[in-house]
Amino acid sequence: MARTEKKKNVVLVGFGWTGAILGMELANEGLEILALERGHDQATVPDFQYPNMIDELKYGIRYGMMEKPRNTTVSIRRSLDETALPYRSLGTFLLGTGVGGAGTHWNGLNWRPMLSEYRLKSYATEKFGAGIIPEGMQIQDYPMSYEELEPHFTRFEKVAGISGQAGNVGGKIVEGGNPFEAPRSENYPMPPMPSTWDGVKFRDAAKANGCHPFPSPGGIASKDYVNEYNMQMGPCNHCGFCERYGCYNYSKSSPQTAIIDALKRKKNFEYRVQAEVMRVEMAPDGKTATGVTYIDLTTGEEVFQPADMVILTAFALNNVHLMLLSGIGKPYDPNTGEGVVGRNYAYQMLGGYTMFFKDENFNPFIGTGANGYCIDDYGIDNIDFGKEGFIGGAYWRAGQTNGQPGHSMPLPGDVPSWGAGWKKGIGEWYGHAMSIGAHGSLMSYRDNYLDLDPTYKDRHGRPLMRMTFNWKQNDLKMINFMQTKMKPIVDSMKPTSAQAGFKKEGAMFDVRPYQTTHNTGGTVTGEDPKTSVLNRYLQSWDAHNVFVMGANTFPQNTQYNPTGMVGALAYWAAHHIRKDYLPNPRPLV
Amino acid sequence: MRDLPGLPSRRTFLKASAASAAVVGIVAPATADAAPAPAPLADYKPDCLKPTEWAFLMAAVARLIPSEGDGPGAIETRVPVFIDKQLAGDYGKAADWYMAGPWDASADPLRGWQTPLAPLEIYQQAIPLFDDWCKATHGKIFAELDPATQDKALTSLQKNEMKIKPELREFFTILLGNTKEGYFADPMYGGNHGMAAWKYIGFPGARGSYKEWVGKHNVKYPLGPVSISGERG
Repeated sequence: MARTEKKKNVVLVGFGWTGAILGMELANEGLEILALERGHDQATVPDFQYPNMIDELKYGIRYGMMEKPRNTTVSIRRSLDETALPYRSLGTFLLGTGVGGAGTHWNGLNWRPMLSEYRLKSYATEKFGAGIIPEGMQIQDYPMSYEELEPHFTRFEKVAGISGQAGNVGGKIVEGGNPFEAPRSENYPMPPMPSTWDGVKFRDAAKANGCHPFPSPGGIASKDYVNEYNMQMGPCNHCGFCERYGCYNYSKSSPQTAIIDALKRKKNFEYRVQAEVMRVEMAPDGKTATGVTYIDLTTGEEVFQPADMVILTAFALNNVHLMLLSGIGKPYDPNTGEGVVGRNYAYQMLGGYTMFFKDENFNPFIGTGANGYCIDDYGIDNIDFGKEGFIGGAYWRAGQTNGQPGHSMPLPGDVPSWGAGWKKGIGEWYGHAMSIGAHGSLMSYRDNYLDLDPTYKDRHGRPLMRMTFNWKQNDLKMINFMQTKMKPIVDSMKPTSAQAGFKKEGAMFDVRPYQTTHNTGGTVTGEDPKTSVLNRYLQSWDAHNVFVMGANTFPQNTQYNPTGMVGALAYWAAHHIRKDYLPNPRPLV
Repeated sequence: MRDLPGLPSRRTFLKASAASAAVVGIVAPATADAAPAPAPLADYKPDCLKPTEWAFLMAAVARLIPSEGDGPGAIETRVPVFIDKQLAGDYGKAADWYMAGPWDASADPLRGWQTPLAPLEIYQQAIPLFDDWCKATHGKIFAELDPATQDKALTSLQKNEMKIKPELREFFTILLGNTKEGYFADPMYGGNHGMAAWKYIGFPGARGSYKEWVGKHNVKYPLGPVSISGERG
């Protein structure tokens, strides 16, 4: 029999970016807020301190900041007729854990999607005809417009502390920024970061080839900065330990750096760690949630936490898992096309070139997660879907993030993987390589989805979530288009040698090498309850006091890193909860 | 930090360096290499590997990262010590991984780790099989072969010419991966002795502060490495 805790107005499941944002916004309404975090407590001091944090073996290779698959993982299959197998050891994506979540170990790249991406289905069919969408692709529009989201992007960028150079302020193109970006109401809160040599080389080559380079926008402080909560960031020292690490320098934007320490001082806010939510509990009529049941991992005790509102603020995959386990919304069935929970899971399509320059020094250990220069000339708004035969696009970036030799040691193709030749190769080529990456969109499809695994269980006996995912021709075509456009720029830079890293047609999903932790979809937001789990305010169609945050709300993945959009959507939802829902709790649509 | 077997204790070392500083006085270099001369690798008592496994490991890493040519080899950097310690700990036991059945060890390799065996068990089961294969194919167990034949045998292992059972097919991959990890990891884990691998490639280790160097383009960074425990190279 579960112990019952004192009722709260709001329970937040997960305490990363969206939990911190919703916690602060709703605490400011005077509500009693509780955040439940499955992982451990962690803060800049003592958990991210120098020099212990910058330990490549512990954090970069053994994944010390990540959720252990032993505790939480998924099973994966590439098609409906394959048997899913557990994702037993970490590879292709790295799920965070603990206070701050993925917001502590990210690289910091922060974007607003391009204009076409908010209404992709309408844009594609209006411009290129209904036949442009291939069989099996299930893209759809966001149910809110960019204009509606714009103030919330701006707010997130200011709270998080983003450095960058605007390219379009109120429709006016600004020299040096991204001329293709969605118009913004104001510039970034901090000027752009300086770039290392590789980024500058790419900038010059891109410009010479007629492209429009701009400094990478990111949550890395370029100067001293204080946000609206009086939280301070100090300028980055380019230590080269962003991704997979917490920042010891108060320079990388994170829930800790931007919000949590201010939130902790509020008397009406409480958080409990080592509290793993098992399910959202529903009222007998099934129309509202009554709270959540969690396990106190320190004692093993089951606890019922009553609440007026439940907001899922965990990582994308965990939010979807919890909706499936709680039976909120109808699970998606790819055979009939019916149901919605788990529908439209997507990921990210990446590719790039690595170039070797015998006589140049890049000092690859000098870097940040959002270093360098980008172009958006091949961004989704700039692609003729009809002519090229795919829907999608990519932004490109060159900017070294780290030179940690245990997992960042690019070598020319003729260097053997071991022996005297390998040792000679690392001596010759470490510090003499740079790369350009294309970071591409990924559409949603009938048979890329999430459901509950019929066989494998987690440590509490609950079914693992099953991911059915494979690469599709549309997105493979997109990335091969990027290769054909990138090669002339690479050649123009005259490297000693270069090698391409792009997936080929027919490529199968490989769970082993790290690709990206941009897992999206599964509880998407939309206008129609038949094709979405959440309405335009990220409110469950099925239980009006359940709201769900995160990249799991994306109808398909954009061409960008998702955090900027996740932050904007969280502020958008928080705004409407405060303004429209709290005065009169009900379905808002 | 716990003292590493085979190495003088940190306290002993601090005492020794204070004493030698007093003796050497003014001629002591400002950037002293803080790595003490370790006890010979031959005297190291493994935490988990048995003598035959240790002998194989010593011989194998000496070919994966050989001592000849520029740069240190796996033996001088004490990579076998690193691997033994990793295998004795959480990594060797797959303590962090999802290790519940059912199992499909012969699944497509793209589907990741699907053997029920943890890394230490793979070493323990694969080494005798590989030694048997070396004996049958080349006449001697791996450690007793000459270097050229050892290279040949390792190539066969990498290409899986011995058709090792699927439960053990990750053996070469983890052996090579662990060898490189030990070569490049912070010295506190037992390998990369004296930060020699970092010095060789020019990685400054845990310096972590380059603000004034971001704009110095195409100029080689001048400083040697520091380690997490404070060694300076």
